Amino acid sequence: MKAPRFSYAKPASVAEALALLDKYRDDARVLAGGQSLVPMLNFRLAAPKVLVDINRIAGLAGIKVAKAHVRIGALTRHAELERSAEIARHLPLVAAAMPHIAHPAIRNRGTVGGSCALGDPAAELPACALALGATFVVAGKKGERRIAAEDFFKGLYATALKAGELLVAVEFPLSKPGYASAFGELARRHGDYAMVGVAAHGSRKGGKFSDMRVAFFGVGDRPQRATGFEKALEGQSATDAALAKLDSELAPRGDLHASAAMKLHLAKVLAGRVLGELAA
Amino acid sequence: MNPPLETVELEVTVNGERVKRSVPARLNLADFLRHELELTGTHVGCEHGVCGACTVRVDGEIVRGCLLFACQADGCTVDTVEGLSDSREIEELQSAFVLTNALQCGFCTPGVLMAAQALLRDETNPSRERIREYLSGNYCRCTGYQAIVDAIEAVAKARAARSAR
Repeated sequence: MKAPRFSYAKPASVAEALALLDKYRDDARVLAGGQSLVPMLNFRLAAPKVLVDINRIAGLAGIKVAKAHVRIGALTRHAELERSAEIARHLPLVAAAMPHIAHPAIRNRGTVGGSCALGDPAAELPACALALGATFVVAGKKGERRIAAEDFFKGLYATALKAGELLVAVEFPLSKPGYASAFGELARRHGDYAMVGVAAHGSRKGGKFSDMRVAFFGVGDRPQRATGFEKALEGQSATDAALAKLDSELAPRGDLHASAAMKLHLAKVLAGRVLGELAA
Repeated sequence: MNPPLETVELEVTVNGERVKRSVPARLNLADFLRHELELTGTHVGCEHGVCGACTVRVDGEIVRGCLLFACQADGCTVDTVEGLSDSREIEELQSAFVLTNALQCGFCTPGVLMAAQALLRDETNPSRERIREYLSGNYCRCTGYQAIVDAIEAVAKARAARSAR
């Protein structure tokens, strides 16, 4: 079970990477942390002719706190987020998600950009990006464009990224006063992909939920917000009535490990727990 | 800019020794260590990043040897279980593993030792729960983990006691 043959390129700048991606288009894949791509190569689920290794591009990694957002470079490793005092302070949702992402050896390599650009429906960071209303910064031949999280995830391993484009950063808006977040995930073993996960962010002023954004993952072909559920929470201090909304809003597909009914049940249990944590 | 290549020049420091090789781009680091350098302590299990048998250190941090192409380690420092054994960095762990019977077939052991040493380097007195969580990416099909956790806990306690003195 080895990777198929490919040609390897190690660009030193975003411009060089874009030139390669533009030249080879669908024959090229970006190699970031490689923690999902390399297994896919080894399984021969992917067989690109060219791997564009972006690991040596200076400036693609790092966490910068600006006035209105935290900008996380696409090549920033999970381990760096996990250790970052700035992430813990400004993006507690992302910090809470970190221990759930695979294992330490994987988090030392896996990147924020890689996780988001892959678009695995059971991955943690895409759901965090959705719950926090993040913006994806994408570079292409014609310059940069910015894509809202709502418009970025298009389906199973499908994103708004086009051939020839490179995700360079994710910008998470800074939290407003009185807002809080909570994260939960159910997996069969620690570090496995989620059977069900919930990332929630919103206001808890006066002990009532308001302006909630609740993203579920592992329950569909992409991370998804449950907007009816969010609306039902508005002005409430308890979650019970709102949770019933999820019956009609989530339509998980069963898989090897859990039937659709079990997944829906788990999603409701987990959402109750996560919002309970937020209310506490 | 160099064009994409199927064969890549690689210069890497492995266990303190500088090596230069020309390698196929598709060769992963674990296979490079085993087949090119004959460092067969790094094991290859699942080949998709799940089992942890191929765990090695690159620039001081543990990674999956099967999920990194050897050419990506160009210019890096790689440490394997042989290196940590020779430098006696994991001597206590090795003794504790023997003492508590923390291995049977030994296939997972090099990866477990690499991960355990990374944990004990970063955290002084991890709980049993924390040890289990940290080691969750290293599969052992023989021991049931109990003895592995015992061994790591014993070393953690011994080190903590020593540093408290």
